[in-house]
Amino acid sequence: MIKLAQLFSTAAGRYDVSSSWERHISLPPWTRLILPLALVGGIMLPLGALLMVVFEIDIARWTHMWETFLPRALTNTIFLVASVGAGTFIIGTAFAWLVTAYDFPGRRWFERLLLLPLAIPGFIIGFVYVSIFEYAGPVQTTLRGWFGWGRSDYTFPNIASPAGLVLVLTLVLYPYVYMLARVAFREQAAVSFEAAQLMGLSRFKAFIRLVMPLAYPQLAAGTILAMLEAMTDYGTVSYFGFPTLSERIVVLWSGEFNPTAATQLAFLMIIVALMLIALERRMRGKAKFYQNAGQGRGLRRQPLRGVKRSAAITACLALFGAAFVLPVTQLLAWVIAEVQSASVNIWNENFTVYAGNTIFLAGVSAAIVTFLALLIAYGLRTHAGKGKRLSRLLARGVTLGYAIPGAVIAAGVLVVVNPIDGAVTDLATAHLGWSSSTYLLTGTVIALIYAYVVRFMSIGFSNTDASLEKITPNMEGAARTMGAGWWRILSRIHAPLVRTGLAAGALLVFVDVMKELPATLLLRPFGMDTLALRTYFLSVEGWHRSAAVPALAILIVGLIPVLLLMRVGEKSVDGRRDYSSERSQQTLRSNDGG
Amino acid sequence: MNRVLVGLIALVTMLVLGLAPAAAQEDAGVLNIYSSRHYGDLEAPFVAFSEATGIEVRVSAGTPQDLLGRLRADIQRGDRSIADLFLAIDAGVLSLAADEGLLVPVESEVLNANIAEPFRDPQGRWYGLSIRTRTVVYNPDNVTEEELASLNEYRDLADPIWRGRLCMRPAGHIYTISLFSSLLYHLGQEQATAVTEGIVANVSRYINSDTSLIRAVAAGECDVVVVNHYYMGRLANGSEEDKAVFDSVRIKWMNQDVNGVFFNINGAGIVKNAANYENALRFLEYMSQAENQCGEPTCFPGSNYELPTNPEAELNETVASFGAFTLDLEYPLWEYGQYQAAAVSMLEAANFGFREN
Repeated sequence: MIKLAQLFSTAAGRYDVSSSWERHISLPPWTRLILPLALVGGIMLPLGALLMVVFEIDIARWTHMWETFLPRALTNTIFLVASVGAGTFIIGTAFAWLVTAYDFPGRRWFERLLLLPLAIPGFIIGFVYVSIFEYAGPVQTTLRGWFGWGRSDYTFPNIASPAGLVLVLTLVLYPYVYMLARVAFREQAAVSFEAAQLMGLSRFKAFIRLVMPLAYPQLAAGTILAMLEAMTDYGTVSYFGFPTLSERIVVLWSGEFNPTAATQLAFLMIIVALMLIALERRMRGKAKFYQNAGQGRGLRRQPLRGVKRSAAITACLALFGAAFVLPVTQLLAWVIAEVQSASVNIWNENFTVYAGNTIFLAGVSAAIVTFLALLIAYGLRTHAGKGKRLSRLLARGVTLGYAIPGAVIAAGVLVVVNPIDGAVTDLATAHLGWSSSTYLLTGTVIALIYAYVVRFMSIGFSNTDASLEKITPNMEGAARTMGAGWWRILSRIHAPLVRTGLAAGALLVFVDVMKELPATLLLRPFGMDTLALRTYFLSVEGWHRSAAVPALAILIVGLIPVLLLMRVGEKSVDGRRDYSSERSQQTLRSNDGG
Repeated sequence: MNRVLVGLIALVTMLVLGLAPAAAQEDAGVLNIYSSRHYGDLEAPFVAFSEATGIEVRVSAGTPQDLLGRLRADIQRGDRSIADLFLAIDAGVLSLAADEGLLVPVESEVLNANIAEPFRDPQGRWYGLSIRTRTVVYNPDNVTEEELASLNEYRDLADPIWRGRLCMRPAGHIYTISLFSSLLYHLGQEQATAVTEGIVANVSRYINSDTSLIRAVAAGECDVVVVNHYYMGRLANGSEEDKAVFDSVRIKWMNQDVNGVFFNINGAGIVKNAANYENALRFLEYMSQAENQCGEPTCFPGSNYELPTNPEAELNETVASFGAFTLDLEYPLWEYGQYQAAAVSMLEAANFGFREN
């Protein structure tokens, strides 16, 4: 009797990387070690700068925090991160599998539509949901009107509750899992799945025992992204009055006008994040799954019938309705009300400029993050000499930024950039024709983009790293023996092979930068407003109708990368399918001949 | 490979193009403001100032505390900031900035003559340009005459008759912090703590928006809330729906029998080593003139239904309709900063802003 694992290793191809072999294909030290580590150092500098205050511990302050809010903030954070993690994992994985492995009317549409909530910042869905379902909102007001109820005559689920918060965050964050899971499922070799079915496993069992473990790196990466997003969220949790570590950091930061305690709390949060990442690494263990690229033929979809078909359609409708249609309808209704009301001068605002700023910041940051991530992940992948473990550990350090609230990162960037800004500006004035009295780094977008890179490098890096892990080192071996240099290998072999992963990472960074608030607030140059900022300012003032205008604009801008994301994913998969089906036909023919 | 290179070149070009506007705008007439007012640089009074003087106003907005952090980082670095003027909606933040040497004292006959003494720093490092009070708004359908008569001071909100009927803004917001700092000042640590605990026991929901607080009162979710008065002004002049909200609630001025209603200022100070010092001073003097302190939307106080700091200026009509009241002049604005940190501690200890669910 063949065991499943053996079947899997023959079908999809499993290689044990021996270190002697890796050394054989090693690159020159500056590309595999010095350059990546220098980049890692540059990215971690702002975090390191904050370390300086971490050891100035004020015992009395910490005692006070421990006796008051800290235990609850800590348990709240764990509750939120765990619930959102579970929610996004289940919804993201289940729906990705549903649209990849089954066929039902509308599937092609849902497959794309379910990605759209990615374009909406959490705080926007948050304030929309609260205003729809709160006491003074339309739903409860209508119910009271119908039944003549008063305040104490009925109970209605409290939307501004921990459960409501988990719901809202899950609805905006599940696409992180869904997107990566869908790519993973589509890229998977159908051979192993079909072989498992031949072995008598049901579709569901094959999914649990084969497909999920194979897609593990991407599922884990997506879930961790969602969990870290939930952990560092400020806008939504503060709107819901749910104190988490992140919320407390901002309160300490701004309420006490002293960054020390806030920074120390941020490091407590990093520890929680590290534990999460370590847990994931541990679960992944030593298992490395290499799939032979090009052999994957997409899974054959099973058509659904009867009740199952209706259930699948209903589930997709419900998710898409809750996460997208409902909030967008409410935003549209507000925009229409705003158009009709003559009293507000929202239309004087220059939304095309805000949109332009948003696209510019997000585009530049996404490109830089992706390029640097590729250099780091690729360089360290081929480094097999001394200090391999240490350099890998350091590289993982770049993912820390994602666990730190934007306000804290902005402070770290200022600590690093401020001392050199004067000198750099003088230098630029003397030699580069810089003619402004503005500082070159903090007076322009440079410091802000630096902060974005620190904050979001994790997304670029984990996507690139996970994708690279699936390329067999045979590639390097072959290319090296033919005398190709590292840049040639990287740009001609790896970059094209992982372009889906790279594009996914870049687009995610784009969307994240577009939605970012606190670092943008602190570091943007004069006169530079983004759509997210205008939405935030107007919504905290309680001007929901006015806020709906830039909120809808974010949605429109955000749809561009999300739509691109779909195209990128489909092109590569379709291209491969054509190629493999052609080849399988050839195989069939040769079989006939034999 | 070539594609990657082309991409990189495109990237660098984009970056340079993005920087270009910042470099291009280099005339004499610029004023850079760190502002915690959220209305961008399109605010009517700023536009009016630009038209009158030819000086271009550029604004970087944020919460007062975030901007203080930015300013602190700027000055601690190179003793210079990219901002010329620091405009904050909180006297405590302004005092802290001044005491840390981030703002410079200004000698101006015009400012001293125009702005009444209680509303400016005795050392001339910051000047109040408008006044906002923070007081009670209630729903007359759900609050009896008797209950209303017992609600005269902020500390009366701790009375158990308000249990489950009071909504407040969470502890992290500067409005809450400053209001509770005034309790500390007037009542002392012990009494203020007891009042805070009583209020926490009464709160049914924390809502992080003054407008939403008023809407919640109008809908009957809460019976009593504490808000800045100008939000009532905005609702009174808003859409039909807003006016309906305004009509179903009432404003009540707190502490009228004792020290007066709590207030804060929207004020500004000139940043140390400001590149455009003259323009910043001109801005302050312009905004302090009686005709620019008016109640019309083109004036600094009037654009937001606030009160003028120039006693000669005319009041906004809507605000005047709220009735006469006394301001709390006992608690000096320049001492707000000293009590805020203690207020945060007190709010934390009382679990203000936390709700058991």
